[in-house]
Amino acid sequence: MSHPLIKTIGFYALVAVIVVFAVFPFYYAIVTSFSSGTALFQVNYWPKSFNWVNYETVMGNRNFVRSIVNSVFIAGCTVAFALFLAVTAAYALSRVSFRGRGLLLMTILAVSMFPQIAVLAGLFELVRFLGIFNTPWAMILSYTIFTLPFTVWVLTTFMRDLPVEIEEAAIVDGATPWVIVTKVFLPLLWPALVTTGLLAFIGAWNEFLFALTFTSSESMRTVPVAIALLSGASQQEIPWGPIMAASVIVTVPLIVLVLIFQRKIVAGLTAGGVKG
Amino acid sequence: MTDQTLGRASGPSLKQRRQRAAFWFLAPMLIALFFVAAWPLLRTIWFSFTDATLSNLYDAEWIGFDNYLQTRELSSGRVVYRGTLVDPAWWNAVWNTVRFSFVSVFFETIFGLIVALVMNAEFKGRSLVRAAILIPWAIPTIVSAKMWSWMLNDQFGILNDILLNLGLISHRIAWTATPETAMTAVLIVDIWKTTPFMALLILAGLQMVPRDIYEAARIDGIHPVKVFFRVTLPLIKPAVMVAVIFRMLDALRIFDLVYVLTPNSAATKTMSVISRENMIDFDKFAYGAAQSTLLFAIIAVFVSLYIWLGRVDLGGERR
Repeated sequence: MSHPLIKTIGFYALVAVIVVFAVFPFYYAIVTSFSSGTALFQVNYWPKSFNWVNYETVMGNRNFVRSIVNSVFIAGCTVAFALFLAVTAAYALSRVSFRGRGLLLMTILAVSMFPQIAVLAGLFELVRFLGIFNTPWAMILSYTIFTLPFTVWVLTTFMRDLPVEIEEAAIVDGATPWVIVTKVFLPLLWPALVTTGLLAFIGAWNEFLFALTFTSSESMRTVPVAIALLSGASQQEIPWGPIMAASVIVTVPLIVLVLIFQRKIVAGLTAGGVKG
Repeated sequence: MTDQTLGRASGPSLKQRRQRAAFWFLAPMLIALFFVAAWPLLRTIWFSFTDATLSNLYDAEWIGFDNYLQTRELSSGRVVYRGTLVDPAWWNAVWNTVRFSFVSVFFETIFGLIVALVMNAEFKGRSLVRAAILIPWAIPTIVSAKMWSWMLNDQFGILNDILLNLGLISHRIAWTATPETAMTAVLIVDIWKTTPFMALLILAGLQMVPRDIYEAARIDGIHPVKVFFRVTLPLIKPAVMVAVIFRMLDALRIFDLVYVLTPNSAATKTMSVISRENMIDFDKFAYGAAQSTLLFAIIAVFVSLYIWLGRVDLGGERR
C-alpha cells in the first residue's frame, strides 16, 4: 500500500475540497455584498472594501423590510399551528394501537412528499373563496400541507422511542389521555419540539411557489419572493449588490440557528427515513 | 404490545378509551390535511376536466378530456389533435424534468456517499465539515439561485474567471442564458444545494454499521475498497434507497430553482414550471390543472414502481 502520510494528505485534501465547495458561494455572496460601484464588476477573490451601501439600500427599501416581517409572521404562525395539531396526533399514532395506523402513517408521509403544484389550482380556488388572497393567511393555510405531515412524522418517531413506563404510572393513577399528553409527554417533548419547529420554520421561510402565486402586491411578499423579484432602477440593470446584501441578511440568522442546533437538526432530518 | 400489558393492569375498557381518545386526537390534524391536501387535489383534478379560467372559476363547464387530448375533424376531412398530450412544450418539460431528476440524483448520490464516508471517518475537524456542509442546506433555494446566477454571470461571474484563468475555456460562457448550458447550470446549483441532505441521510445509515465489521476486515487484510463494495454498500443500501426516493420526489417537482435561475428558458422548463405558467400567467387555468394532474400521476406511478421494485421500507417500521 501507499505511504500513510500520502494517504493522510490525500484525505485532508478531500476534506478541504468539500469544505471549500460548500462554503465558497456564500462567502462570495458576502464579499459581493460589501462591494459597490465599479468594485462590484471586478472579480475579487478576497474582500477589498467594506462598504455598507448595499445594506443601506436594501434596508431602506420599505417593502423588503416588510417582507421580512411577513415571513417571520407567516413561518411563526405556520409552525405554531402545525405543532399544536401534531402533538396530540403524534401521541395517538405512536402510543395507541388501532387498526389502519400503518396506512395512516404512510398517507401522512405521502402528503409530505406531494408535488405542491398538484394542489395549486385547488388551493387557489380555496384561497379566493375564503377571501384571503394576497394576505399572510393564504400562506399560513397552504404551508400546512408540508409543515403538518412533517411535524407529525418526526414527533411520532420521537414518541415511539420513549419507554412504556413513563405512561404506566399515570394510567394506573387514572389519568385521561389528554392529561397524559399535556402533563407527562409535553415536558419530555420540548427538545423534539424545538428541533421539529425549527425545521418546519426553515421550510416555511424558504417556500416560494405558494408565496409567489398567492400574493399580488409588493408589500405582501415573503422574503424569497421579494429577493427573486428585486429589481433595479431600470429593467436591464440587475442590482447585484443589494440582492447579495438581502441574501446575506435573510440567510445569516438561519445559518446561525442551524449551526447552534446542528446535532439536533441532523437527528431530526434523518428521523424520517433511516430508522433500523 | 404496549396497550395489552397496560390494559390488563387496569380494566378491559382502557384500550377502548384510549382508542376513542386517539380518534379525537387525530381528528383535527386529519381535518386540516383534508382541507389543504385532499380537497385541493380533487379540485385540481376536477378543474382539469373543465374550461375554467382565472376570471371564470365557478361557472366552468365540464369538457371531459379535451384539455388532455381532443380530436377535431376539419371540413376538409383532416383530423386535428389538440391538448396537453400532443403539446410539444409539455413533452419538452417532461423530458427536462426527467433528465434533470435522474442526472441530479445520480450525482448527489455519488457525492453524498463520498461526503458521508469522509464524515464517518475519525479525524480532526470533523465537526467543521459537518457545519460546513449544513450551510448549502440551510440557504433558501431562492437565495442560492441568486448567489449562483451572480457567480455564473457571463460578464462578471467568478466561475468564468476561474475557468479562464485555468485555461479550461477560451471565452466567457453565458451559463444561464445559453440553451446548451442552462440545464448544466441548474444541475450544478441543485447538486451543490442538496448533496448535504443526501450525505446526512447516508451518514445516518453508515453509523449503524457496526464498527467491529471493519475491524475484522482489517485484521483479515481485506482491501478497504473491497470491504466497501462487499460489506458497507449492501448494509447501507436501505438507507441509500430511502434517500434516493426522497430526493427523486423532490427533484421531480422542482420549481423555484428553475424559475429563478433560468427564467423562460425552454431548455430547462420543468413540468411544475410549465403548469404554473399556463395556470396563472397565460390564464389557461384548466389546461395548467391538467398538466399538474399529469405530474401528480407520473409521480404516483414512479413511487409505486420504486417501492415495489426496490422493496423500500419507507416507514422504517418492520413487522
